[in-house]
Amino acid sequence: MDTSNPMIPQPRKIKRVIRETHDTFTLCVEPETVELEKSFKPGQFNMLYAFGAGEVPISISGDPRKPDVWHHTIRDMGVVTRALTNLKAGDTVGVRGPFGSAWPVQESRGNDIVIIAGGIGLAPLRPAIYALLEERDQFGEIVLLYGARTQEDLLFTKEFERWRGKYGVQVRVTIDSAGRDWKGNVGVVTTLFPGVRFDPANSVAMICGPEVMMRFAVLELKNLGIEDRNIYVTMERNMKCAIGFCGHCQFGPSFICKDGPVFPFSEISPFFGIREI
Amino acid sequence: MKTLEPLIAEHPFFKNLEKSYLELIVGCASNVRFDAGQFIFREGEEANQFYIVRQGKVVIESCPPGRKPISLQTFSDGEILGWSWLVPPYHWQFDAKAVELTRAITFDGKCLRNKCLEDHSFGYELLSRLVPALGTALEAARMQLLDVYGVQQQQ
Repeated sequence: MDTSNPMIPQPRKIKRVIRETHDTFTLCVEPETVELEKSFKPGQFNMLYAFGAGEVPISISGDPRKPDVWHHTIRDMGVVTRALTNLKAGDTVGVRGPFGSAWPVQESRGNDIVIIAGGIGLAPLRPAIYALLEERDQFGEIVLLYGARTQEDLLFTKEFERWRGKYGVQVRVTIDSAGRDWKGNVGVVTTLFPGVRFDPANSVAMICGPEVMMRFAVLELKNLGIEDRNIYVTMERNMKCAIGFCGHCQFGPSFICKDGPVFPFSEISPFFGIREI
Repeated sequence: MKTLEPLIAEHPFFKNLEKSYLELIVGCASNVRFDAGQFIFREGEEANQFYIVRQGKVVIESCPPGRKPISLQTFSDGEILGWSWLVPPYHWQFDAKAVELTRAITFDGKCLRNKCLEDHSFGYELLSRLVPALGTALEAARMQLLDVYGVQQQQ
């Protein structure tokens, strides 16, 4: 089999399936052979092929220091993701990748880090969080602002206490709607800014979530004084080939799959929010 | 006796307010404390106050008939709570409840309303500070309505 052709999915065994929420799960995929998989960078994605159904781009959500197992956190929202939902440990999935650009973890050393995630947008950011915590002393304040629809939709909540306690991360969580059993914050993610400590002049922001949420988050960050070039967003469009051939994911002069999905906001701001793009 | 003036003067909402206006506002202010679970106001009641949360957390709730209460928004340290005191018929539209022990400064809205009528410059000053807060709240409410996490997004 030709393993060098990026268009050919490689069969991978599913090691484990983690049920994260009512509609979201994580597929832990291992190589077919005993060889360790090549490493990935935080923010990159794989194309997952559910045989007989199709292929979808899914961000890698696991720890980049443990490249022998790739975690893919997936929300059941379409034909292919539904087919992926039905897979279980021992089944095989087609994998191409990793593809795309990465969060600027190394480049952000010496700065405060502000991470803003919405919904399943926390999944592509989790590898960056792991990488930041791996060399915690290289960064100033680390802030995680996370918004979701309801309490039941929150991802990776068990890890929050460790991030807070062991690494001093300022983790703030909010949900859009809640019942009386919820004692946390209610409201949109941008309402979490008051009270968090970071120096806007020396901060790098990383944002992933629905585009409308990112738009408001960018505005808020700019109001606080973070420059466009220090704000990174991850974009989503209809990715097919994942190597910049097919043009499905063109975004202005860029291809999301090849030039992104992580972009400095300064690079894409002229096209951000334009309906036709 | 310690007054609330220093506390109020350093709050961003009242920043750079003319001294005479500040004194007027301080005269309408008092400290309050709410235990966890205690209602601060209830839907339909007369709205004659607004609050600055000093420490703690307050949730705005709605209780539609036949349904469990729904939490709509929380307010934490430094945030302004309540604007129904400003708009006729001056009745609260939602319930507000302390989620945890909450300390706040309350302002006599009825008194301030009258002062605004008497002194339009003061009224303009107060409203020009309140309107941005209302705008932010409206923007946040619209964003919540969009249900952004319910649609397709990055995986």
